[in-house]
Amino acid sequence: MVERNCREVKIREIRFLGTWDEPSDFMELVLENPGWESYRPGQFAMLRAKLWGLELPWGRPFSISRVDAESVTFFIQVVGRGTSRLAQLRANDEVVVWGPLGNGFSVLPETPTLLLAGGMGLAPFRGYIERHPTPKYLRLLFAHRPALDFYPYSDMGQKVRAEAIQERSTDDLPDIIRRIETVMDECAGGLALACGPTPFLRTVQAHALKKGIRAEISLEKTMACGIGACLGCVCKNGQDRHVQVCAHGPVFPVADIRI
Amino acid sequence: MDLRVEFAGLVLKNPIITASGTFGFGLEFSSFGDLKRLGGIVVKGLSLKPREGNPMPRVSETPCGMLNAIGIQNPGVEVFLRDKLPLLPWRETAIIANMYASSVPEFGELADVLAGEEGLAALEVNVSCPNVSHGGAAFGQDPAQIRKVTEEVKKRAKGKPVIVKLSPNVTDIATCALAAQEGGADAVSLINTLLGMAVDIRTRMPCLANVVGGLSGPAIKPVALRCVHQVCRKVSIPVIGVGGIVSAEDALEFILLGAQAVQVGTANFLRPDQSFRIIDDLPRAMLKARSSSLDELRGGIKLP
Repeated sequence: MVERNCREVKIREIRFLGTWDEPSDFMELVLENPGWESYRPGQFAMLRAKLWGLELPWGRPFSISRVDAESVTFFIQVVGRGTSRLAQLRANDEVVVWGPLGNGFSVLPETPTLLLAGGMGLAPFRGYIERHPTPKYLRLLFAHRPALDFYPYSDMGQKVRAEAIQERSTDDLPDIIRRIETVMDECAGGLALACGPTPFLRTVQAHALKKGIRAEISLEKTMACGIGACLGCVCKNGQDRHVQVCAHGPVFPVADIRI
Repeated sequence: MDLRVEFAGLVLKNPIITASGTFGFGLEFSSFGDLKRLGGIVVKGLSLKPREGNPMPRVSETPCGMLNAIGIQNPGVEVFLRDKLPLLPWRETAIIANMYASSVPEFGELADVLAGEEGLAALEVNVSCPNVSHGGAAFGQDPAQIRKVTEEVKKRAKGKPVIVKLSPNVTDIATCALAAQEGGADAVSLINTLLGMAVDIRTRMPCLANVVGGLSGPAIKPVALRCVHQVCRKVSIPVIGVGGIVSAEDALEFILLGAQAVQVGTANFLRPDQSFRIIDDLPRAMLKARSSSLDELRGGIKLP
Protein backbone atom coordinates (compact mmCIF):
# COMPACT_ATOMS: atom_id res chain seq x y z
CA MET A 1 0.00 0.00 0.00
CA VAL A 2 1.13 3.52 -0.77
CA GLU A 3 1.73 5.53 2.41
CA ARG A 4 -1.06 8.06 2.93
CA ASN A 5 -1.08 11.25 4.96
CA CYS A 6 -3.08 14.38 5.78
CA ARG A 7 -1.28 17.63 5.06
CA GLU A 8 -1.90 21.32 4.52
CA VAL A 9 -0.48 22.33 1.17
CA LYS A 10 -0.54 25.44 -1.00
CA ILE A 11 -2.34 25.75 -4.30
CA ARG A 12 0.23 26.25 -7.06
CA GLU A 13 -2.22 27.01 -9.81
CA ILE A 14 -5.90 26.83 -10.80
CA ARG A 15 -6.38 26.57 -14.57
CA PHE A 16 -9.88 27.18 -15.88
CA LEU A 17 -10.55 25.11 -18.97
CA GLY A 18 -14.03 26.30 -19.85
CA THR A 19 -17.55 27.14 -18.72
CA TRP A 20 -20.44 25.07 -19.94
CA ASP A 21 -24.22 25.52 -19.81
CA GLU A 22 -25.19 26.75 -16.40
CA PRO A 23 -22.21 28.25 -14.63
CA SER A 24 -20.28 25.01 -14.52
CA ASP A 25 -16.57 25.57 -14.72
CA PHE A 26 -14.04 22.93 -15.63
CA MET A 27 -10.72 23.40 -13.93
CA GLU A 28 -7.41 21.84 -13.12
CA LEU A 29 -6.32 22.33 -9.54
CA VAL A 30 -2.57 21.96 -9.04
CA LEU A 31 -1.37 21.53 -5.45
CA GLU A 32 2.05 21.18 -3.91
CA ASN A 33 2.85 17.51 -3.57
CA PRO A 34 1.87 16.65 0.03
CA GLY A 35 4.77 14.22 0.39
CA TRP A 36 3.30 11.41 -1.68
CA GLU A 37 6.20 9.34 -2.87
CA SER A 38 3.97 7.26 -5.06
CA TYR A 39 0.34 6.57 -5.91
CA ARG A 40 -1.70 4.19 -8.03
CA PRO A 41 -3.70 5.83 -10.84
CA GLY A 42 -7.39 5.42 -9.96
CA GLN A 43 -6.75 6.38 -6.34
CA PHE A 44 -8.39 9.54 -5.01
CA ALA A 45 -7.85 12.16 -2.34
CA MET A 46 -10.09 14.23 -0.09
CA LEU A 47 -9.76 18.02 -0.38
CA ARG A 48 -10.96 20.71 1.98
CA ALA A 49 -9.94 24.35 1.88
CA LYS A 50 -8.31 25.34 5.15
CA LEU A 51 -10.53 28.40 5.53
CA TRP A 52 -13.83 26.73 4.71
CA GLY A 53 -14.95 27.09 8.29
CA LEU A 54 -17.63 24.80 9.58
CA GLU A 55 -20.41 25.38 7.07
CA LEU A 56 -19.24 22.44 4.95
CA PRO A 57 -18.04 19.81 7.39
CA TRP A 58 -16.96 17.29 4.76
CA GLY A 59 -13.97 17.26 2.48
CA ARG A 60 -14.62 16.41 -1.15
CA PRO A 61 -13.32 13.32 -2.94
CA PHE A 62 -11.51 13.76 -6.27
CA SER A 63 -9.73 11.28 -8.47
CA ILE A 64 -6.01 12.01 -8.65
CA SER A 65 -5.27 13.08 -12.21
CA ARG A 66 -1.49 13.16 -12.10
CA VAL A 67 1.39 13.33 -9.64
CA ASP A 68 4.98 14.44 -10.08
CA ALA A 69 7.74 15.20 -7.59
CA GLU A 70 6.51 18.78 -7.00
CA SER A 71 2.79 18.69 -7.58
CA VAL A 72 -0.51 16.84 -7.60
CA THR A 73 -3.20 17.69 -10.16
CA PHE A 74 -6.95 17.23 -9.91
CA PHE A 75 -9.43 17.72 -12.75
CA ILE A 76 -12.62 19.17 -11.30
CA GLN A 77 -16.03 20.30 -12.55
CA VAL A 78 -17.93 22.82 -10.46
CA VAL A 79 -21.20 21.12 -9.56
CA GLY A 80 -22.10 22.05 -6.00
CA ARG A 81 -21.27 23.80 -2.76
CA GLY A 82 -17.82 22.30 -2.30
CA THR A 83 -16.54 22.57 -5.84
CA SER A 84 -17.82 26.15 -6.25
CA ARG A 85 -15.87 27.12 -3.13
CA LEU A 86 -12.78 25.35 -4.45
CA ALA A 87 -13.10 27.34 -7.67
CA GLN A 88 -12.89 30.59 -5.70
CA LEU A 89 -9.48 29.72 -4.28
CA ARG A 90 -6.31 31.34 -5.56
CA ALA A 91 -2.66 30.38 -5.83
CA ASN A 92 -1.00 30.14 -2.39
CA ASP A 93 -4.33 29.50 -0.60
CA GLU A 94 -4.06 26.47 1.63
CA VAL A 95 -5.90 23.21 1.16
CA VAL A 96 -6.07 20.24 3.52
CA VAL A 97 -5.56 17.07 1.50
CA TRP A 98 -5.69 13.48 2.69
CA GLY A 99 -4.65 10.68 0.42
CA PRO A 100 -3.81 8.82 -1.67
CA LEU A 101 -6.95 6.81 -0.84
CA GLY A 102 -8.59 3.70 -2.26
CA ASN A 103 -7.09 1.00 -4.44
CA GLY A 104 -6.46 2.20 -8.03
CA PHE A 105 -6.61 0.42 -11.39
CA SER A 106 -4.66 -2.71 -12.28
CA VAL A 107 -1.57 -2.17 -14.43
CA LEU A 108 -0.65 -5.09 -16.68
CA PRO A 109 2.53 -4.47 -18.70
CA GLU A 110 2.46 -5.63 -22.31
CA THR A 111 -1.28 -6.27 -22.13
CA PRO A 112 -3.66 -4.47 -24.47
CA THR A 113 -5.52 -2.15 -22.12
CA LEU A 114 -8.58 -0.14 -23.06
CA LEU A 115 -9.26 3.06 -21.14
CA LEU A 116 -12.95 3.96 -21.28
CA ALA A 117 -13.59 7.47 -20.03
CA GLY A 118 -16.92 9.26 -19.82
CA GLY A 119 -16.77 13.02 -19.16
CA MET A 120 -14.99 13.78 -15.88
CA GLY A 121 -14.04 10.10 -15.81
CA LEU A 122 -11.06 11.12 -17.94
CA ALA A 123 -9.26 12.34 -14.81
CA PRO A 124 -7.52 9.18 -13.53
CA PHE A 125 -6.38 8.08 -16.99
CA ARG A 126 -4.05 11.02 -17.39
CA GLY A 127 -1.78 9.62 -14.69
CA TYR A 128 -2.46 6.06 -15.80
CA ILE A 129 -1.06 6.81 -19.25
CA GLU A 130 1.93 8.70 -17.83
CA ARG A 131 2.87 5.91 -15.44
CA HIS A 132 2.17 2.86 -17.57
CA PRO A 133 5.34 0.85 -18.32
CA THR A 134 4.24 -0.01 -21.88
CA PRO A 135 1.96 2.81 -23.08
CA LYS A 136 1.94 1.54 -26.65
CA TYR A 137 -0.44 -1.17 -25.41
CA LEU A 138 -2.95 1.46 -24.25
CA ARG A 139 -5.98 2.69 -26.15
CA LEU A 140 -8.31 5.46 -25.00
CA LEU A 141 -11.97 5.94 -25.88
CA PHE A 142 -13.37 9.19 -24.52
CA ALA A 143 -17.09 9.96 -24.58
CA HIS A 144 -17.97 13.55 -23.74
CA ARG A 145 -20.71 16.19 -24.00
CA PRO A 146 -19.02 19.62 -23.61
CA ALA A 147 -16.38 20.60 -26.17
CA LEU A 148 -13.19 18.56 -26.17
CA ASP A 149 -11.01 21.51 -25.15
CA PHE A 150 -12.74 21.59 -21.74
CA TYR A 151 -10.82 18.42 -20.96
CA PRO A 152 -7.10 17.67 -20.57
CA TYR A 153 -7.48 15.37 -23.57
CA SER A 154 -5.00 16.58 -26.15
CA ASP A 155 -1.88 15.62 -24.12
CA MET A 156 -3.29 12.17 -23.56
CA GLY A 157 -4.32 11.72 -27.17
CA GLN A 158 -0.72 12.33 -28.25
CA LYS A 159 0.68 9.62 -26.00
CA VAL A 160 -1.63 6.72 -26.84
CA ARG A 161 -4.01 5.64 -29.57
CA ALA A 162 -7.08 7.70 -28.75
CA GLU A 163 -10.48 8.65 -30.07
CA ALA A 164 -13.14 10.95 -28.70
CA ILE A 165 -16.87 10.83 -29.41
CA GLN A 166 -19.18 13.65 -28.52
CA GLU A 167 -22.76 13.30 -27.38
CA ARG A 168 -24.45 16.34 -28.92
CA SER A 169 -27.92 15.06 -28.09
CA THR A 170 -29.44 11.92 -26.66
CA ASP A 171 -29.94 10.76 -30.28
CA ASP A 172 -26.20 10.08 -30.33
CA LEU A 173 -26.37 7.60 -27.45
CA PRO A 174 -27.06 4.40 -29.43
CA ASP A 175 -24.02 5.12 -31.66
CA ILE A 176 -21.84 5.83 -28.63
CA ILE A 177 -22.92 2.62 -26.90
CA ARG A 178 -22.23 0.67 -30.09
CA ARG A 179 -18.81 2.25 -30.37
CA ILE A 180 -17.95 1.37 -26.75
CA GLU A 181 -19.00 -2.22 -27.35
CA THR A 182 -17.08 -2.50 -30.60
CA VAL A 183 -13.88 -1.18 -29.09
CA MET A 184 -14.30 -3.49 -26.10
CA ASP A 185 -14.66 -6.44 -28.47
CA GLU A 186 -11.46 -5.40 -30.23
CA CYS A 187 -9.62 -5.49 -26.87
CA ALA A 188 -11.37 -8.63 -25.69
CA GLY A 189 -8.21 -10.54 -24.75
CA GLY A 190 -6.84 -7.67 -22.67
CA LEU A 191 -8.03 -5.42 -19.90
CA ALA A 192 -10.76 -2.75 -19.99
CA LEU A 193 -10.81 0.04 -17.41
CA ALA A 194 -13.73 2.44 -17.10
CA CYS A 195 -14.48 5.64 -15.25
CA GLY A 196 -17.48 7.87 -15.92
CA PRO A 197 -21.13 8.48 -15.15
CA THR A 198 -23.25 5.57 -13.90
CA PRO A 199 -25.12 4.88 -17.20
CA PHE A 200 -21.74 4.77 -18.97
CA LEU A 201 -20.41 2.29 -16.39
CA ARG A 202 -23.54 0.17 -16.71
CA THR A 203 -22.94 -0.10 -20.46
CA VAL A 204 -19.36 -1.21 -19.89
CA GLN A 205 -20.31 -3.62 -17.12
CA ALA A 206 -23.13 -5.25 -19.08
CA HIS A 207 -20.95 -5.77 -22.15
CA ALA A 208 -17.92 -7.02 -20.18
CA LEU A 209 -20.04 -9.58 -18.35
CA LYS A 210 -21.80 -10.65 -21.55
CA LYS A 211 -18.54 -11.17 -23.44
CA GLY A 212 -16.39 -12.31 -20.54
CA ILE A 213 -14.02 -9.35 -20.90
CA ARG A 214 -11.73 -8.65 -17.96
CA ALA A 215 -12.73 -5.18 -16.81
CA GLU A 216 -12.57 -2.81 -13.86
CA ILE A 217 -14.84 0.15 -13.14
CA SER A 218 -14.30 3.12 -10.89
CA LEU A 219 -17.32 4.29 -8.90
CA GLU A 220 -18.12 7.79 -7.72
CA LYS A 221 -20.01 8.38 -4.47
CA THR A 222 -20.67 11.21 -2.06
CA MET A 223 -18.26 10.69 0.82
CA ALA A 224 -17.91 12.13 4.30
CA CYS A 225 -14.62 10.65 5.52
CA GLY A 226 -13.02 8.97 2.49
CA ILE A 227 -11.20 6.44 4.68
CA GLY A 228 -13.73 3.72 5.42
CA ALA A 229 -15.02 4.98 8.75
CA CYS A 230 -18.41 6.62 8.18
CA LEU A 231 -20.04 3.91 6.01
CA GLY A 232 -21.79 6.62 4.00
CA CYS A 233 -20.51 5.58 0.54
CA VAL A 234 -21.38 1.90 0.37
CA CYS A 235 -22.57 -0.07 -2.62
CA LYS A 236 -23.54 -3.73 -2.89
CA ASN A 237 -21.03 -6.36 -3.87
CA GLY A 238 -21.69 -9.63 -5.68
CA GLN A 239 -22.78 -11.28 -2.42
CA ASP A 240 -25.32 -8.48 -1.80
CA ARG A 241 -23.20 -7.09 1.03
CA HIS A 242 -22.53 -3.41 1.60
CA VAL A 243 -18.90 -2.44 0.95
CA GLN A 244 -17.37 1.03 1.26
CA VAL A 245 -16.48 2.52 -2.12
CA CYS A 246 -13.72 4.60 -0.49
CA ALA A 247 -11.91 1.74 1.22
CA HIS A 248 -12.74 -1.29 -0.97
CA GLY A 249 -12.79 0.72 -4.23
CA PRO A 250 -13.22 3.08 -5.88
CA VAL A 251 -12.08 0.57 -8.53
CA PHE A 252 -13.87 -2.78 -8.61
CA PRO A 253 -13.67 -5.79 -10.94
CA VAL A 254 -16.92 -5.56 -12.98
CA ALA A 255 -18.33 -8.82 -11.64
CA ASP A 256 -17.82 -7.80 -8.02
CA ILE A 257 -20.19 -4.87 -7.81
CA ARG A 258 -23.78 -3.79 -8.43
CA ILE A 259 -24.24 -0.35 -9.92
CA MET B 1 0.22 20.27 31.47
CA ASP B 2 -1.57 17.34 33.12
CA LEU B 3 -4.56 16.41 31.00
CA ARG B 4 -5.31 13.12 32.72
CA VAL B 5 -8.88 12.41 33.76
CA GLU B 6 -10.20 9.66 36.02
CA PHE B 7 -13.85 8.79 36.42
CA ALA B 8 -16.15 5.77 36.57
CA GLY B 9 -13.15 3.48 36.96
CA LEU B 10 -11.57 4.78 33.76
CA VAL B 11 -8.16 6.43 33.61
CA LEU B 12 -7.75 8.46 30.42
CA LYS B 13 -4.57 10.29 29.41
CA ASN B 14 -6.70 13.19 28.23
CA PRO B 15 -10.43 13.97 28.03
CA ILE B 16 -10.71 13.52 24.25
CA ILE B 17 -12.56 10.35 23.22
CA THR B 18 -13.60 9.62 19.65
CA ALA B 19 -17.35 9.08 19.27
CA SER B 20 -19.01 5.93 18.01
CA GLY B 21 -19.77 5.73 14.30
CA THR B 22 -17.36 8.51 13.34
CA PHE B 23 -14.06 6.78 13.94
CA GLY B 24 -14.70 3.30 12.53
CA PHE B 25 -12.80 0.76 14.57
CA GLY B 26 -9.98 3.27 15.05
CA LEU B 27 -7.64 1.45 12.68
CA GLU B 28 -8.93 3.47 9.70
CA PHE B 29 -7.27 6.52 11.29
CA SER B 30 -3.94 5.01 12.26
CA SER B 31 -2.04 6.59 9.36
CA PHE B 32 -3.23 10.07 10.41
CA GLY B 33 -2.28 10.01 14.08
CA ASP B 34 -1.00 7.81 16.88
CA LEU B 35 -4.09 6.11 18.34
CA LYS B 36 -2.25 5.75 21.66
CA ARG B 37 -2.48 9.52 22.11
CA LEU B 38 -6.27 9.52 22.30
CA GLY B 39 -8.03 9.56 25.66
CA GLY B 40 -10.25 6.81 24.36
CA ILE B 41 -11.91 5.32 21.31
CA VAL B 42 -15.59 4.37 21.21
CA VAL B 43 -15.84 1.92 18.35
CA LYS B 44 -18.62 1.65 15.78
CA GLY B 45 -21.88 0.31 17.25
CA LEU B 46 -21.78 -3.47 17.64
CA SER B 47 -24.63 -5.94 17.47
CA LEU B 48 -24.67 -9.67 18.23
CA LYS B 49 -25.07 -10.57 14.57
CA PRO B 50 -23.63 -8.74 11.54
CA ARG B 51 -25.91 -6.00 10.17
CA GLU B 52 -26.00 -4.69 6.61
CA GLY B 53 -27.50 -1.36 7.68
CA ASN B 54 -29.85 0.90 5.74
CA PRO B 55 -30.09 1.42 1.97
CA MET B 56 -28.24 4.28 0.25
CA PRO B 57 -28.19 7.24 0.34
CA ARG B 58 -27.30 7.19 4.02
CA VAL B 59 -25.58 10.51 4.64
CA SER B 60 -26.32 14.09 3.68
CA GLU B 61 -24.29 17.21 4.39
CA THR B 62 -26.27 20.04 5.97
CA PRO B 63 -25.17 23.54 6.99
CA CYS B 64 -22.58 23.05 9.78
CA GLY B 65 -23.60 19.44 10.15
CA MET B 66 -24.73 16.25 8.57
CA LEU B 67 -27.53 13.73 8.66
CA ASN B 68 -26.86 10.02 8.85
CA ALA B 69 -29.00 6.92 8.69
CA ILE B 70 -26.35 4.20 8.46
CA GLY B 71 -28.46 1.74 10.43
CA ILE B 72 -25.65 0.25 12.56
CA GLN B 73 -23.93 -1.56 9.70
CA ASN B 74 -21.31 -3.66 11.49
CA PRO B 75 -19.59 -7.04 11.12
CA GLY B 76 -21.01 -8.31 14.43
CA VAL B 77 -19.40 -8.49 17.84
CA GLU B 78 -17.44 -11.68 17.19
CA VAL B 79 -15.63 -10.35 14.14
CA PHE B 80 -14.81 -7.18 16.07
CA LEU B 81 -13.33 -9.13 18.99
CA ARG B 82 -11.40 -11.49 16.72
CA ASP B 83 -10.16 -9.20 13.92
CA LYS B 84 -10.20 -5.60 15.17
CA LEU B 85 -9.68 -5.39 18.93
CA PRO B 86 -6.33 -7.26 18.97
CA LEU B 87 -4.93 -4.65 16.54
CA LEU B 88 -5.96 -1.69 18.70
CA PRO B 89 -3.55 -0.25 21.33
CA TRP B 90 -5.89 -1.25 24.15
CA ARG B 91 -3.18 -1.32 26.80
CA GLU B 92 -2.40 2.34 26.16
CA THR B 93 -5.78 3.86 25.36
CA ALA B 94 -9.29 3.10 26.56
CA ILE B 95 -11.24 1.12 23.98
CA ILE B 96 -14.97 1.40 24.62
CA ALA B 97 -17.47 -0.92 22.93
CA ASN B 98 -20.70 0.73 21.78
CA MET B 99 -23.59 -1.73 22.05
CA TYR B 100 -26.65 -1.91 19.86
CA ALA B 101 -29.47 -4.35 20.47
CA SER B 102 -33.21 -4.39 19.94
CA SER B 103 -34.43 -6.02 23.16
CA VAL B 104 -33.44 -6.16 26.82
CA PRO B 105 -32.36 -9.83 26.69
CA GLU B 106 -30.31 -9.12 23.55
CA PHE B 107 -28.51 -6.29 25.35
CA GLY B 108 -27.79 -8.75 28.12
CA GLU B 109 -26.42 -11.35 25.73
CA LEU B 110 -24.20 -8.76 24.05
CA ALA B 111 -22.92 -7.61 27.45
CA ASP B 112 -22.02 -11.22 28.28
CA VAL B 113 -19.90 -11.47 25.13
CA LEU B 114 -18.10 -8.16 25.74
CA ALA B 115 -17.67 -8.27 29.52
CA GLY B 116 -14.91 -10.86 29.55
CA GLU B 117 -12.69 -8.99 27.09
CA GLU B 118 -9.50 -7.71 28.65
CA GLY B 119 -9.05 -5.22 25.80
CA LEU B 120 -12.24 -3.32 26.54
CA ALA B 121 -12.16 -0.53 29.13
CA ALA B 122 -15.91 0.08 29.23
CA LEU B 123 -19.24 -0.57 27.57
CA GLU B 124 -21.35 2.20 26.07
CA VAL B 125 -25.03 1.36 25.73
CA ASN B 126 -26.70 2.90 22.71
CA VAL B 127 -30.28 3.49 23.82
CA SER B 128 -30.67 6.44 21.51
CA CYS B 129 -29.91 5.47 17.92
CA PRO B 130 -32.83 6.94 15.98
CA ASN B 131 -32.26 4.96 12.81
CA VAL B 132 -33.66 1.51 13.28
CA SER B 133 -37.40 1.70 13.41
CA HIS B 134 -38.01 -1.12 15.88
CA GLY B 135 -34.84 -0.62 17.83
CA GLY B 136 -33.07 1.71 20.17
CA ALA B 137 -35.35 4.71 19.77
CA ALA B 138 -38.02 3.17 21.99
CA PHE B 139 -35.54 2.53 24.82
CA GLY B 140 -34.07 5.99 24.74
CA GLN B 141 -37.41 7.74 24.87
CA ASP B 142 -38.76 5.88 27.88
CA PRO B 143 -36.98 6.34 31.23
CA ALA B 144 -38.38 3.03 32.51
CA GLN B 145 -36.84 1.21 29.53
CA ILE B 146 -33.53 3.04 29.95
CA ARG B 147 -33.41 1.87 33.54
CA LYS B 148 -34.24 -1.72 32.59
CA VAL B 149 -31.58 -1.92 29.86
CA THR B 150 -28.99 -0.32 32.12
CA GLU B 151 -29.73 -2.79 34.92
CA GLU B 152 -29.45 -5.71 32.52
CA VAL B 153 -26.11 -4.60 31.06
CA LYS B 154 -24.67 -3.63 34.44
CA LYS B 155 -25.63 -7.01 35.88
CA ARG B 156 -23.63 -8.78 33.18
CA ALA B 157 -20.74 -6.35 32.74
CA LYS B 158 -18.46 -8.17 35.21
CA GLY B 159 -17.44 -4.91 36.80
CA LYS B 160 -16.66 -3.07 33.58
CA PRO B 161 -17.88 0.53 33.65
CA VAL B 162 -21.22 0.96 31.90
CA ILE B 163 -21.85 4.24 30.07
CA VAL B 164 -25.36 4.98 28.82
CA LYS B 165 -25.52 7.20 25.72
CA LEU B 166 -28.63 9.33 25.82
CA SER B 167 -30.87 10.64 23.07
CA PRO B 168 -31.78 14.33 22.91
CA ASN B 169 -35.06 13.44 21.19
CA VAL B 170 -36.95 13.48 24.47
CA THR B 171 -38.95 15.97 26.50
CA ASP B 172 -36.62 15.91 29.51
CA ILE B 173 -33.16 14.43 29.10
CA ALA B 174 -32.32 14.86 32.80
CA THR B 175 -35.08 12.38 33.70
CA CYS B 176 -33.52 9.90 31.25
CA ALA B 177 -30.10 10.44 32.83
CA LEU B 178 -31.57 9.84 36.29
CA ALA B 179 -33.13 6.60 35.02
CA ALA B 180 -29.70 5.45 33.82
CA GLN B 181 -28.18 6.38 37.17
CA GLU B 182 -30.89 4.46 39.03
CA GLY B 183 -30.27 1.49 36.74
CA GLY B 184 -26.66 1.43 37.89
CA ALA B 185 -24.90 3.29 35.07
CA ASP B 186 -21.34 4.37 35.92
CA ALA B 187 -21.60 7.35 33.56
CA VAL B 188 -23.80 8.87 30.88
CA SER B 189 -22.70 10.25 27.53
CA LEU B 190 -24.81 12.82 25.72
CA ILE B 191 -26.04 13.75 23.25
CA ASN B 192 -26.62 11.30 20.44
CA THR B 193 -27.91 12.77 17.16
CA LEU B 194 -31.03 14.89 16.81
CA LEU B 195 -33.67 13.41 14.55
CA GLY B 196 -33.75 15.41 11.33
CA MET B 197 -34.59 15.40 7.63
CA ALA B 198 -33.38 16.91 4.35
CA VAL B 199 -35.27 17.27 1.06
CA ASP B 200 -34.04 17.51 -2.55
CA ILE B 201 -36.42 19.70 -4.61
CA ARG B 202 -35.00 18.42 -7.91
CA THR B 203 -35.83 14.78 -7.22
CA ARG B 204 -38.68 15.70 -4.85
CA MET B 205 -37.31 13.03 -2.53
CA PRO B 206 -35.83 13.02 0.95
CA CYS B 207 -32.01 13.13 0.81
CA LEU B 208 -31.84 9.91 2.86
CA ALA B 209 -33.35 6.59 1.77
CA ASN B 210 -34.40 6.12 5.39
CA VAL B 211 -36.31 9.45 5.06
CA VAL B 212 -35.16 10.64 8.50
CA GLY B 213 -31.73 10.51 10.08
CA GLY B 214 -29.58 11.77 12.92
CA LEU B 215 -28.25 15.33 12.78
CA SER B 216 -24.72 15.82 14.11
CA GLY B 217 -21.89 18.34 13.84
CA PRO B 218 -21.36 21.92 15.00
CA ALA B 219 -25.02 22.73 14.27
CA ILE B 220 -26.10 20.72 17.33
CA LYS B 221 -23.49 21.96 19.81
CA PRO B 222 -25.83 24.48 21.50
CA VAL B 223 -28.39 21.72 22.05
CA ALA B 224 -25.68 19.42 23.43
CA LEU B 225 -24.42 22.11 25.81
CA ARG B 226 -27.93 22.73 27.10
CA CYS B 227 -28.50 18.99 27.64
CA VAL B 228 -25.16 18.48 29.41
CA HIS B 229 -25.94 21.50 31.61
CA GLN B 230 -29.35 20.11 32.58
CA VAL B 231 -28.02 16.61 33.23
CA CYS B 232 -24.96 17.73 35.24
CA ARG B 233 -27.28 19.53 37.64
CA LYS B 234 -29.44 16.44 38.14
CA VAL B 235 -27.17 13.39 38.37
CA SER B 236 -24.28 12.41 40.60
CA ILE B 237 -22.60 10.04 38.10
CA PRO B 238 -19.98 11.36 35.64
CA VAL B 239 -21.12 12.95 32.39
CA ILE B 240 -19.36 12.71 29.01
CA GLY B 241 -20.23 15.62 26.71
CA VAL B 242 -20.88 14.88 23.04
CA GLY B 243 -22.24 17.00 20.22
CA GLY B 244 -20.61 19.29 17.70
CA ILE B 245 -17.17 19.47 19.31
CA VAL B 246 -14.59 20.48 16.72
CA SER B 247 -11.99 22.35 18.79
CA ALA B 248 -10.25 22.34 22.16
CA GLU B 249 -12.32 25.40 23.09
CA ASP B 250 -15.51 23.45 22.40
CA ALA B 251 -14.26 20.64 24.65
CA LEU B 252 -13.59 23.08 27.48
CA GLU B 253 -17.11 24.50 27.19
CA PHE B 254 -18.52 21.07 28.06
CA ILE B 255 -15.99 20.60 30.87
CA LEU B 256 -16.96 23.98 32.32
CA LEU B 257 -20.54 22.71 32.51
CA GLY B 258 -19.32 19.73 34.50
CA ALA B 259 -18.44 17.07 31.92
CA GLN B 260 -15.57 14.76 32.91
CA ALA B 261 -14.59 14.12 29.31
CA VAL B 262 -15.92 14.66 25.81
CA GLN B 263 -16.41 12.71 22.63
CA VAL B 264 -15.46 14.07 19.22
CA GLY B 265 -17.64 12.80 16.38
CA THR B 266 -18.44 14.56 13.13
CA ALA B 267 -15.26 16.65 13.48
CA ASN B 268 -13.33 13.52 12.49
CA PHE B 269 -14.69 14.15 8.99
CA LEU B 270 -13.39 17.74 8.83
CA ARG B 271 -10.01 16.06 8.49
CA PRO B 272 -8.90 12.65 9.73
CA ASP B 273 -6.37 14.06 12.20
CA GLN B 274 -8.81 16.46 13.87
CA SER B 275 -9.12 14.58 17.18
CA PHE B 276 -5.33 14.53 17.49
CA ARG B 277 -5.19 18.25 16.73
CA ILE B 278 -7.76 18.96 19.44
CA ILE B 279 -5.55 17.14 21.98
CA ASP B 280 -2.49 19.12 20.83
CA ASP B 281 -4.47 22.31 21.19
CA LEU B 282 -5.90 21.70 24.67
CA PRO B 283 -3.04 23.36 26.62
CA ARG B 284 -3.38 26.51 24.52
CA ALA B 285 -7.16 26.60 25.00
CA MET B 286 -6.72 26.10 28.75
CA LEU B 287 -4.43 29.10 28.91
CA LYS B 288 -7.11 31.05 27.08
CA ALA B 289 -9.54 29.96 29.81
CA ARG B 290 -6.88 31.07 32.34
CA SER B 291 -6.48 27.64 33.86
CA SER B 292 -3.83 25.00 34.11
CA SER B 293 -6.06 22.24 35.42
CA LEU B 294 -9.08 20.46 34.03
CA ASP B 295 -10.27 19.83 37.58
CA GLU B 296 -10.24 23.56 38.25
CA LEU B 297 -12.27 24.22 35.11
CA ARG B 298 -14.73 21.38 35.58
CA GLY B 299 -18.15 22.61 36.64
CA GLY B 300 -16.78 26.13 36.88
CA ILE B 301 -19.56 27.70 34.82
CA LYS B 302 -20.67 30.98 36.36
CA LEU B 303 -24.43 31.10 36.23
CA PRO B 304 -26.18 34.43 36.55
